[in-house]
Amino acid sequence: MKVTVRLPGALRDIAGAPAAVPLDLPPGATVGDALAALAGALPAVGRRVRDETGALRPHVNVFVGSDNIRDLAGTATPLDDGAELHVLPAVSGG
Amino acid sequence: MADLALVIGTRKGMVVARPRADGGWDADPLRFATMPVTAVAADPRTGRLLAAVHNPFWGVSLAVSDDLGRTWTEPARDAGTAPVAFPEDTGAALRDIWQLRYSPTEPDVVYAGVEPAALFRSEDGGLTFSLVEGLWNHPHRPSWQPGAGGMCLHTVLPDPADPATVTVAISAGGVYRTTDGGTTWTARNHGITAAFLPDPPPEFGQCVHKVDLHPSRPERMFLQHHGGVYRSDDAGAAWTRVDAGLPADFGFPLVVHPHRPDTLYVLPLNADIDRSPAGHRYLVHRSDDAGATWRAFDKGLPESPCYASVLRDAMCADTLDPAGIYFGTRDGWVYASRDDGESWTEVARHLPDVLCVRAVTR
Repeated sequence: MKVTVRLPGALRDIAGAPAAVPLDLPPGATVGDALAALAGALPAVGRRVRDETGALRPHVNVFVGSDNIRDLAGTATPLDDGAELHVLPAVSGG
Repeated sequence: MADLALVIGTRKGMVVARPRADGGWDADPLRFATMPVTAVAADPRTGRLLAAVHNPFWGVSLAVSDDLGRTWTEPARDAGTAPVAFPEDTGAALRDIWQLRYSPTEPDVVYAGVEPAALFRSEDGGLTFSLVEGLWNHPHRPSWQPGAGGMCLHTVLPDPADPATVTVAISAGGVYRTTDGGTTWTARNHGITAAFLPDPPPEFGQCVHKVDLHPSRPERMFLQHHGGVYRSDDAGAAWTRVDAGLPADFGFPLVVHPHRPDTLYVLPLNADIDRSPAGHRYLVHRSDDAGATWRAFDKGLPESPCYASVLRDAMCADTLDPAGIYFGTRDGWVYASRDDGESWTEVARHLPDVLCVRAVTR
């Protein structure tokens, strides 16, 4: 299935990262799978979104559509074909 | 006179201050806004500056400057791996870099002391680092406990002559030393006591706040503990208290004079339960006899009560002659002395809380 990860301005252009990253994932893929695929496609972006253990950094939010994954099942949140993920800096940072 | 700059790392960015001919200082505009700048070092060969910058959203990276802090770049910006990162099999993630130190004996070797407590080593001038696994795998490590500043390795002292010998300090693990290039490490805390430790004190677990040495006499080390200032004359094999005459035995920074191996500076704080300056004054204490006696200096420092502390890397010296001594406070004031600490002038005020200061010349 196809999902799209939309990156914030601060992560665009890093290693040539586009504003929207299309990913082709197997059926049943989760947000965690999408972030791992993002890191595989764009490692310089992936290491900024997740730490070395693969955990989402504490002041990074990921939305599926308009829902924050922290209010869903976190990185275990399942994705539907055509889903749009938004990676955003949290208001708590800085 | 050499071109001098004082790099000030704060909780919310970096300020670089430069001396004017009239004795005052000018500060560049704040860089790295919102980002803690936790450690700074200068390559003694090239003058290149290396700074640890913690983007609160996207993690820790390293910035470099080849023009004494006027412009900075991030060499690893597009790299797929952060310059300092734990190997996947450790299950650990970098929280901060609290110390950067160039080797005095090996060109392009740089050490990074980090939180969680670990040592990293670069052999390419600070572009990429590898975990020093001998220390990470030390059997004591599971028993180390974090101090209030986190579980960090904050002090790295490469031996000035032997590249295989490095001394580090960890809060709260204590002092450790390798003489075989990092493969094996031994605890070096004998003689360091504290109210929070049993009696007799254990082999490790001391909350060492800072250690320093003079390169002409590396077997003599000075140490500011969670309580007590200590000296070792045998490279940390045994420690003796040298704080008689200080108004308090608590504090964080300790700096050895760059040209006089028996001269050192501390800035006492009241106690661990009152981390404000002793007597609520910034009293820079200097010993000229390796800790046997101390003198307090406050000329030019605030006369009104002060309650903000001075962190472990927020005091430094430059290498000029006469040497400059510098410190910054947690309420964002920075002071400089051009007369061995006897009188002080203001460098900057109203900065974010100062995490580290480093004087650099070229």
